[in-house]
Amino acid sequence: MSIVIDRPQASRIKVVLELEVNNHAGVMSHICGLFARRAFNVEGILCMPLADATRSRIWLLVFEDQRLEQMIKQVEKLEDVLSLQRHGAEHAVFERLEEFFR
Amino acid sequence: MMQMTGAELIVRLLERQGIETVAGVPGGAILPFYDALSHSEKIHHVLARHEQGAGFMAQGMARVSGRPEVCLASSGPGATNLVTAIADAKLDSIPLVAITGQVPLAMIGTDAFQEVDTYGMTIPITKHNYLVRDANELLDVVPAAFRLAMSGRPGPVLIDVPKDVQNQRIEFEDYPAPVVPAPLPAPDLAAIEQAAQMINDAAQPVLYLGGGVIASGASHLAVTLAEQAGLPTTMTLMALGAMPVDHPLSIGMLGMHGARYTNYVLEEADLLVCIGARFDDRAIGKAAQFCPKAKIVHVDIDPSELDKIKTAHVGIHGDVSQVLEALLPQVHVKLREDWLAQVDSLRSRFPLATPNIDNPRSHYGLVQAVADALDDEAVITTDVGQHQMWVAQAYPFRRPRQWLTSGGLGTMGFGLPAAIGAALAEPTRTVVCFSGDGSLKMNIQEMATAAEEELNVKIVLMNNNALGLVYQQQNLFYGKRTMASNYKRATDFLKVAEGFGLETVDLDTADDPAATLAAALKRPGPCLIHCTIDREEFVYPMVPPGGANSEMIG
Repeated sequence: MSIVIDRPQASRIKVVLELEVNNHAGVMSHICGLFARRAFNVEGILCMPLADATRSRIWLLVFEDQRLEQMIKQVEKLEDVLSLQRHGAEHAVFERLEEFFR
Repeated sequence: MMQMTGAELIVRLLERQGIETVAGVPGGAILPFYDALSHSEKIHHVLARHEQGAGFMAQGMARVSGRPEVCLASSGPGATNLVTAIADAKLDSIPLVAITGQVPLAMIGTDAFQEVDTYGMTIPITKHNYLVRDANELLDVVPAAFRLAMSGRPGPVLIDVPKDVQNQRIEFEDYPAPVVPAPLPAPDLAAIEQAAQMINDAAQPVLYLGGGVIASGASHLAVTLAEQAGLPTTMTLMALGAMPVDHPLSIGMLGMHGARYTNYVLEEADLLVCIGARFDDRAIGKAAQFCPKAKIVHVDIDPSELDKIKTAHVGIHGDVSQVLEALLPQVHVKLREDWLAQVDSLRSRFPLATPNIDNPRSHYGLVQAVADALDDEAVITTDVGQHQMWVAQAYPFRRPRQWLTSGGLGTMGFGLPAAIGAALAEPTRTVVCFSGDGSLKMNIQEMATAAEEELNVKIVLMNNNALGLVYQQQNLFYGKRTMASNYKRATDFLKVAEGFGLETVDLDTADDPAATLAAALKRPGPCLIHCTIDREEFVYPMVPPGGANSEMIG
């Protein structure tokens, strides 16, 4: 069947996604729901308002798989998502948090 | 300075957006809005008998007009009843603005009477949704909802408005301007040039049109492309009418219930030019085996559709009309005599079989008799099931927006309220709803609305006293174990329709069924036209679910 319907072999390669979003109640719901209903596991989530408080930054830690491109396109379609940047696992944001999860 | 309540503001903003008809069902949490609406001299409110009916009426209006239309419901069950119609609009990319009442802000989260999380519930089935926490937000939210519904790939937007926000008095300087669609993405000229080159170089290209062609108003451009480049053209269920079905280049609908020759032509294609379609599984069968020899050019306004199911050799993100306008001057005039001769040969060897088409009391014959009695100005809606596929296969669609059907979600109960919506939007047209006895029962209460509004809606009921497509699948794929697909007791639809105030005609007892049918279609006002159909008539050909399009049976 299609790329989407096949259950892909989830790789262990991590990807960090950086999103800038409008800051209001419900944005997290839109984003997390998008991943959840595709059974695309989000390993880590961070969200804080930016300095002007009208926008927030969300960091997502996910595993690379063949559905990721489609996931990213779907995230970018959300009205409240202003921009999306993709980083490698070497990005420091989750690494530096690890000490709070020991 | 202007002063008014949130409810009054919504009404003014709808008026300013050009909304003339809304469909809904009132209830406690949306009563302030209804009170404000009662003072409107510009908006006609149509009282549906179920919120799902209201949602499909708004869809019917939107599908014939191409612009966002509005449905209304109260909180709790009102909103949950609306959900199916919203989801249907999402899957078929229909512009819709749904406005729901909600319990007062302070009571949200308390399990208040008729409280449900409408916002949370509608996230996955809307393009976007809003829970309005302050009436001042309406100045931004209402125009934004319309802009989103009509921009890019159209779709449904929901605005949930708590009762106290509807009652809140606000002051503001001026109304926001009525909105127009957001600017279209700039066409990728390099990709368009490459696509033109591929079309010019192809030996056996096929044009594959989807609902995006209708949504973009690009039917004439698509037909021009086909004629200029000599492209045999197939249409999805959603695109029927984009090219007249009797156009020499039309090869009809593809997919699960497409004609054999159509699917065979696609097997032979060396280039597939996909315009505003999304490679839906009912259209393409097993994705890996669809158009096995073809390179793919894919044009879509929604970038997430590109490479979603099939990887395109050239993917063009853009509005179909704009892309076609840029593409046409670069496409060479070709006659493609060899390829079109091969297509004609397949067409004559493997045509769509339409047995008994001369008998108005048979399934294809009834479709044909309706078409014979009408011209292309009529609007045709359907419910979902065997009758829908027979109409899709056999009705001579010749113009865009002539055909309204629930494609993506496949919602039984769509047909009658959608027909009511079409008749409300375009009252001079005859609107025919083909239905089945299973589907019609799913929104049969809207007969009351059709009668009350005295609309020119004709229901043509193909009655086999069964869930026919389920019965068919159980016969073909489940060892003839026909569970829960036959009704044990027949419904007297003539009496039911009469009870709701419709005219009725029974073709079963008519001496001259074709003449009786034609006369009923010409009489103004709502009417049920009943005809018994043999339960053993199946929709053929059929690609087994999950199979490749080359594996048709029947």
